[in-house]
Amino acid sequence: MSGISQTPGNSRSVNESLPVRMLLIFTALLFLVLFLILPLVAVFYNAFHEGLPVYKQAITDPATIHAVILTFLAVFCAVPLNCAFGVAAAWAISKFRFRGKNALITLIDLPLTVSPVVSGTIFILIFGAHGLLGPWLSAHNIKIIFAIPGIVLVTIFVTLPFVARELLPVMTAQGNFDEEAALTLGASGWKTFLRITLPNIRWGLFYGVVLSVARAMGEFGAVSVVSGHIRGKTITMPLHVEILYNEYNFAAAFAVASLLTFVSIMTLGLKKYAEVKTARQNKELEDFMTEKRML
Amino acid sequence: MKKMSGVCALVMLWIFLTLICSQQMGYAADREILNVSYDPTRELYRDVNEVFIAYWKSVHNENIQVRQSHGGAGKQARAVIDGLEADVVTLALAYDIDAIARIAKLMPADWQSRLPNNSCPYTSTIIFLVRKGNPKNIRDWDDLAKPGVQVITPNPKTSGGARWNFLAAWGYALDKWGKDEQKAQEFVGKIFKNVPVLDTGARGSTTTFLRGIGDVFISWENEALLAVNKLGKEQLEIVVPSVSIMAEPPVTVMTQNAEKHGVTDIAQGYLEFLYTEKGQELCAKHYYRPSMPNVLEKYKNQFPRVKTFSIDEYFGGWAAAQKKFFADQGVFDQIYGN
Amino acid sequence: MAGKRKKSVIPGFGLTMGITTGYLGLIVLFPLACLFFQTLDVSLDTVQKTVFSGRALAAFGLSFGASFAAACVNTVFGFLVAWVLVRYTFPGRFLVDAMVDLPFALPTAVAGISLTFLYAQNGWLGKFLYGLGIPSVYSRIGVFIALIFIGLPFVVRTVQPVLVNFDTQVEEAAASLGASRFKAFTRVIMPEVLPSAITGFALAFARALGEYGSVVFISGNMPHRTEIVPLLIMTRLEEYDYLGAQILAVVMLVLSFCFLFLINFLQYWGQRHHRMQECVA
Repeated sequence: MSGISQTPGNSRSVNESLPVRMLLIFTALLFLVLFLILPLVAVFYNAFHEGLPVYKQAITDPATIHAVILTFLAVFCAVPLNCAFGVAAAWAISKFRFRGKNALITLIDLPLTVSPVVSGTIFILIFGAHGLLGPWLSAHNIKIIFAIPGIVLVTIFVTLPFVARELLPVMTAQGNFDEEAALTLGASGWKTFLRITLPNIRWGLFYGVVLSVARAMGEFGAVSVVSGHIRGKTITMPLHVEILYNEYNFAAAFAVASLLTFVSIMTLGLKKYAEVKTARQNKELEDFMTEKRML
Repeated sequence: MKKMSGVCALVMLWIFLTLICSQQMGYAADREILNVSYDPTRELYRDVNEVFIAYWKSVHNENIQVRQSHGGAGKQARAVIDGLEADVVTLALAYDIDAIARIAKLMPADWQSRLPNNSCPYTSTIIFLVRKGNPKNIRDWDDLAKPGVQVITPNPKTSGGARWNFLAAWGYALDKWGKDEQKAQEFVGKIFKNVPVLDTGARGSTTTFLRGIGDVFISWENEALLAVNKLGKEQLEIVVPSVSIMAEPPVTVMTQNAEKHGVTDIAQGYLEFLYTEKGQELCAKHYYRPSMPNVLEKYKNQFPRVKTFSIDEYFGGWAAAQKKFFADQGVFDQIYGN
Repeated sequence: MAGKRKKSVIPGFGLTMGITTGYLGLIVLFPLACLFFQTLDVSLDTVQKTVFSGRALAAFGLSFGASFAAACVNTVFGFLVAWVLVRYTFPGRFLVDAMVDLPFALPTAVAGISLTFLYAQNGWLGKFLYGLGIPSVYSRIGVFIALIFIGLPFVVRTVQPVLVNFDTQVEEAAASLGASRFKAFTRVIMPEVLPSAITGFALAFARALGEYGSVVFISGNMPHRTEIVPLLIMTRLEEYDYLGAQILAVVMLVLSFCFLFLINFLQYWGQRHHRMQECVA
């Protein structure tokens, strides 16, 4: 069992005995296998269970392709907006002191805790034919609910917090020092942001965007409420999975699901990548600082 | 400056992709109609649409599209009322279309007289689907109320088929106990006590049943035949009850929506196509009972012989039945509330 | 400090604050305000009838019960996973660490169909569970299973950094003073980790309460038995009962608000707790 050991640096007095250690690791891994690994394996198993031709047919079906394109459209609309918002919000909150900061943070977090179904319902109650703005919208022939704008809107709502949430701790931790230095040296605000802040936060921003993309692609509950389920028109990938699943077409449902699963695995990989990069960046910074101090 | 151009390139790429996507979303020049339908008609209309598009092309030399939306009939009607701009609706029962006419006022209240046979190009009925060999020995509605039998049916609040199921059972009970409503309620209550899963649409229930849940599935005849013929004669069997209900799923044009989209001719032609021999053949192929006598005659062997009663005979039409049984605090709520 | 606040040299407060509040107002505040505004007209009687009907109460009961149970399981196992990841090395640790976030990234519908497949009567895991007489899908247990999956990362990710920063010298001191390992754990480690574990618990609980996508596939949607509140809202929408859906949505929203404040408070408390410990040290 040479592979299983405690992390270096721990002295013997805080060691568990080997059997205890093994038991803990085994239990933790068993839990993760049951609840994480197996569902993942099951997706790919079911997707490829009936052979590659079935899989290929499922993902090249026009309905599937349309669902993929609509999903990407929602992502392309929602993520840049939320990204711009996230950067602005993180800047405002981390660089300045003002009253009501906590309330603002809470408000940004809100879409995370609101049930997706409730989010969708809110938009139905406003933009639906019998909602607050419904009559006005239908008089002007604007379709939001049961059309693409509705899907984009709820996607924006649901993924609103992610970039801001990733950036806030990073920017708060980094403080204003670098920016103040640049500004005192005469750099313009924009230049400071682009040259100083952006490089500092790039990995946090990167992961925020990646997570937003993954969540925007995968949103089910809220989109399901507002979509209207018109085939070849307002069906996103997760909704398409549901439809295929309900049409006894399990292999195809899992085939489309495998595409989404692949995206989420990519997301996890990119998160790790960003973490490693951030750690390196921080270490370089630290090294630089210690060097400077030693000089 | 390198960074700036990188950011710019990224933004440009993003905009480009968005444009491509929205281009792909197909605001195509083709005229298209949207058919909002109920749950089990997925296969039927997939075929009908394909044939109809070709037919339209051959007659009018125009490329058109037919879009579909499926779900429990009640849920679908809700979507139309709430702004899903259907050009035609093909739902499980007349009440849901009445609701559209009443609340959203998208077509005249007498919509049902606009097409032959009360606007029903095909009919169906309610039968049972059981596991191979019928291990619980289910023969008739009585057996569904026995303790220990698991019954699968969708939710009558959202599914049209489930409402037909409910009324079929109720009608059987009325026959059996000489129109005793109290007895009927007890009987149907017993059946619903045996229901472990209540899906929102008929298709969801079929999936549940095929997943191995339940002993008997009260189902549309067409859905049961589809399940048996497509998915396993080795696993499933059909049981025909002594009496069932004549289910009439109507179709109609959403006049205002079709006018607004400029597709009234297509919508009208689409529904009329269902009444043509070609359309009727397609219905029969998907196990819907065609209304055209000669087509019905041709396919009569595939349909089990079922003694049926109509909703007008036993319940005085859909409006009365809906109000009594499925409205809030109606009989279904009383049964299910306990 | 007050009254003599130095003007920051950093520019862009107006711009960024404008964007932030404008965007939030449009996307979040305006819709919410509309919802509450519309609900003001509703009579208390209707609210009572909707929220305290047998079916709604059953749904709330299940939502809270299953979310609580799942969050408890996730707290215990989440702590265990965090501990194992921080304290021990074993083959594949890096991979496991990356995998923990999967429920964040995996679409809920995919999780739903996959879990249903696994735990169904003829599924890989369901076979054994059904053999033991445990109906693991289309039952409350199914809801519970889905909610465990959904809430899995929260406790791990809140406890992990605390454990990483935990000074093992304190443990060593406890050991050298003759405390048993168990005692050291309960007296020294637990108090340190507890605030973050509670925060993780609250996050997992709040997430589970609103979950829809994964539950809808595995629960079987039985009113009174396996129906959760988001599903009830969906059913109300599908039954044309807009008012009912609206009232339940508002109730859920208020609950979300409460949870958010609780979570923020817990985080604040946890940080302060941490800072105080540091000051003492």
